[in-house]
Amino acid sequence: MPAELNLDYSLLTPEFALAGLAAIVLGIDLFAPKVRKEWLPYITALGLVGIIALSFGWLEKESDFAGIIFIDNYTMFFRVFFMATAAVVALMSAQYVRQHLKNPGEYYALLIISTIGAIYMAASRELLTAYISLEVLSFSLYVLVSFARDDARSNEGGLKYMLLGAFASALFLYGLSLIYGSAGTTFYSEISAAYAGGTEGFDLGLLMGLILVLAGLGFKVAAVPFHMWTPDAYEGAPLPITAYLSATSKVAGFALLLRLFSGAFMPVIDDWQWIIAALAALTMVLGNLVALQQSNIKRLLAYSSIGQVGYMLMAIAALSSATSSALLLHMSGYVVTNLAAFSCIIAWYNLTEKDDIVDMRGMAERAPLLAAVLTAALFSLSGMPLFAGFFTKFILFQAVASEGFIWLAVIAVVMSFVSLYYYLMVIKQLYMSEPEEEGRLQVPVMVTGLTVALAIGVFYVGLYPRHLLEVAEEATKLLFV
Amino acid sequence: MQTGYVLLATIALPLFVAVLLLVVPSKRADLVRYISIATGFALFGLSTYAFFAYQLATADTYQFELQWTWIENVGFLGDKGITLHLGIDGIGAPMVLLTGIVTFAATLISAKIDYRNKDYFILLFLLVAGVFGVFTSLDLFFWFFFYELAVLPMYLLIGVWGSSSTFATFARTKEYSAVKLTMVLVGASVLIFVGIFAVFVEAGIGTFDLPQLYEVQYDENFQKVVFPLFLIGCGVLAGLWPFHTWSPDGHVAAPTAVSMLHAGVLMKLGAFGIIRLGMQLLPEGAEFWMPMLMTLGVINVVYGAISAMAQTDFKYMVGYSSMSHMGYVLMGLATLNAVGVNGAVLQMFSHGVMTALMFAMIGVLYDQAHTREIAAFGGLVKRMPHFVAFFSIAGLASLGLPGLSGFVAEFNIFLGTFQTYPALGALGILGAAITAVYILRMMSQAFFGEENEKWAGLKDMSRYEYAGAALLLAFIVLMGVFPSPFVDRIAETVLKIPGVS
Repeated sequence: MPAELNLDYSLLTPEFALAGLAAIVLGIDLFAPKVRKEWLPYITALGLVGIIALSFGWLEKESDFAGIIFIDNYTMFFRVFFMATAAVVALMSAQYVRQHLKNPGEYYALLIISTIGAIYMAASRELLTAYISLEVLSFSLYVLVSFARDDARSNEGGLKYMLLGAFASALFLYGLSLIYGSAGTTFYSEISAAYAGGTEGFDLGLLMGLILVLAGLGFKVAAVPFHMWTPDAYEGAPLPITAYLSATSKVAGFALLLRLFSGAFMPVIDDWQWIIAALAALTMVLGNLVALQQSNIKRLLAYSSIGQVGYMLMAIAALSSATSSALLLHMSGYVVTNLAAFSCIIAWYNLTEKDDIVDMRGMAERAPLLAAVLTAALFSLSGMPLFAGFFTKFILFQAVASEGFIWLAVIAVVMSFVSLYYYLMVIKQLYMSEPEEEGRLQVPVMVTGLTVALAIGVFYVGLYPRHLLEVAEEATKLLFV
Repeated sequence: MQTGYVLLATIALPLFVAVLLLVVPSKRADLVRYISIATGFALFGLSTYAFFAYQLATADTYQFELQWTWIENVGFLGDKGITLHLGIDGIGAPMVLLTGIVTFAATLISAKIDYRNKDYFILLFLLVAGVFGVFTSLDLFFWFFFYELAVLPMYLLIGVWGSSSTFATFARTKEYSAVKLTMVLVGASVLIFVGIFAVFVEAGIGTFDLPQLYEVQYDENFQKVVFPLFLIGCGVLAGLWPFHTWSPDGHVAAPTAVSMLHAGVLMKLGAFGIIRLGMQLLPEGAEFWMPMLMTLGVINVVYGAISAMAQTDFKYMVGYSSMSHMGYVLMGLATLNAVGVNGAVLQMFSHGVMTALMFAMIGVLYDQAHTREIAAFGGLVKRMPHFVAFFSIAGLASLGLPGLSGFVAEFNIFLGTFQTYPALGALGILGAAITAVYILRMMSQAFFGEENEKWAGLKDMSRYEYAGAALLLAFIVLMGVFPSPFVDRIAETVLKIPGVS
């Protein structure tokens, strides 16, 4: 146990502010019912943007809170990342929540609280803290997924997600206890030190612990074979929460995985590398192949996001500083793209109440901007140039290939190619099929603004990614020291 | 004056216009049309300038060079990791010119598009930017970037503005053809992608800069393994047998201007890729695999010609004829001697302008008659004399009539082939003979002979069509009677390709 506790609480100001923001949002809902409920998403988004600006005051500052929580550039990166994602999701939710859900106060408060959990998943360097942060995120999500109380699909998805999630948490916790038994500590740095000279012979406890930890985290990020909950939860959840699941919940899982495996388990890399490589291959292949036969856009994006998890897992399998920065880059591109796609789908759903792929036919006639941005986002997800996906995949795959995993990179390229097919089938509905009804749809100005902003983000990452990649490199530099 | 900004402009201008058109109101269809034609003209001007200002007998391998660092010293990238490196050699120069010509002609021909013409031109210019990018990029990353960019818009261009065909026993919808084309081409680029991984790792110098990668001496076995990836990956886009079936379907379903660009320019990207990535990067691999390419090339020529002969649809006939002519390009490359490779590049240019003209003419006819069945027509020369003149000259160039571009190119290819593989050269000539059969038969059936009263109402070409066709025709004749500007540029560069004797 590190002897000295240096408790510089000021470093945690952004998270305190977040908790305060959640309380304010709840408070407005509770004590000032006269304030129009429509304002809540904008208060949430504005508050988050304010806290992002505030948090830049702590750039380049470091503290380790006795090795439990590490505030460094890596944490900074994910702070900004998760808060920005939450702000976008809050804006995307505005119209949807007004039309379809009750209790907006809890909705936005939970969104903010889950963000705190996600940030600490990236920040923690101790197993139990990591676990608690993970649970903060997960519990918020369980509630959010089943937030549409009167919708059977939402209830079913939420229940599945919670039951399986609790099971996965138990596995994860059991894995942690085995690792504690083997290493004698829960601090990443000390675990790494304990295994520095290699393990003595075959360490069954460590191996089982690693497998269980991977199973637990594999569930959270939806890696095959722990992905079964994903399509149901995605389909049942309110649409903006589906977007949130595909963004923050996955990225937070990878933030934890990356910090854990680079900080604690580098010395025993031979024990787990093959497991993750196998998971990655399986996840890519299955996610993309099953996506081919989906008829609902949410389920399609659920399986396509499973495929994306496969690409991201490759970076953990071929762990090095080059793959870590590539992973951060790819996740940024993926999240911007996915949010762009979802903002179009949500806008379309708000206008037509439909979310099957065939129901999107003729979108190009009825809402040309939405169709164009959705097309750009889908091409980006399949890795086509001009858009984010091409560059981030190129860098990620090349980084993985450079670490000697060229076979994984080959599977990834082939699977990206497969993914193009199902995205083309969606685009075909948008552009090549006659619309069901005639007439232009009126897209609200806020939605247009958000969609265009996200589309610009997709092009920015695709055409001028230099700064983003440098920031990602800066954020991951200290992981391997 | 030589400056890389000329090449940069050929890429940046279409991209800029694509963005510009976004903000033009879609009701102003005429404005969209004029902006697009003006852009086409500007691109033609820029590429003509690049071609004629290209200096002969200089020490530089690449001219009009420009190198901007995009990303360096991050992750696995070293100094000048990814740069926007532009430049043309004697092979790039005629290809840039070809793209300029066909683009201008295509914008002229597209003037008659009415349905969502703004979206159409945006996609068209994205495609053009991609094509210029491939011909001018000297960086592996950007080369691949533009290569994919050139394929990307095809899906929507064919699917939305294309046309379906119905035959007695089967139908080919435009959606089917669009998906087939996109999936086959992107599938092939998977091989290129893998090849790029392998080369980057093997070279180990942390850069995608092609001239630097050319300097590296790769292990011979490595070259033998990786070369086929580039050969087949790029070859598919060049219509390589047995991966060619996307091409006739795609050509036929595409709207006229897209067929022109596609057969005229896009297929050349494939052949260009075989030179840039295959022969220049991995010369020993090329030497090992070229007999196979020669065999496949000859199959392309003969199989394509026989298939063309069996077609009853104008566009399918020209589609298979394209495949057959691209076979000559592959044969020329496979000879690995200066004459043959020279001929291959000449053929790339020649086939580009000639096939673009043929597709343009089919478009003139189809837009009025709404059928493309050769046998349905007769005596068109009486109603559409100009149309028949243009189409016939393109056809005669295609069968290799002296004085037109096709002759110069094919002559060189046969010369090269007879020096290396005489028996296959003879088969190649057989292909040329079959070409003569189907071209002349088509002319006698549709253009001359008995006039079919049903088509008495057909009108000759519009002004725009006339202008586009005249431009293409001018270069067919120019190359036929005065090939030296082309030959000089190409021959000088071809000798610098390692492994070409």
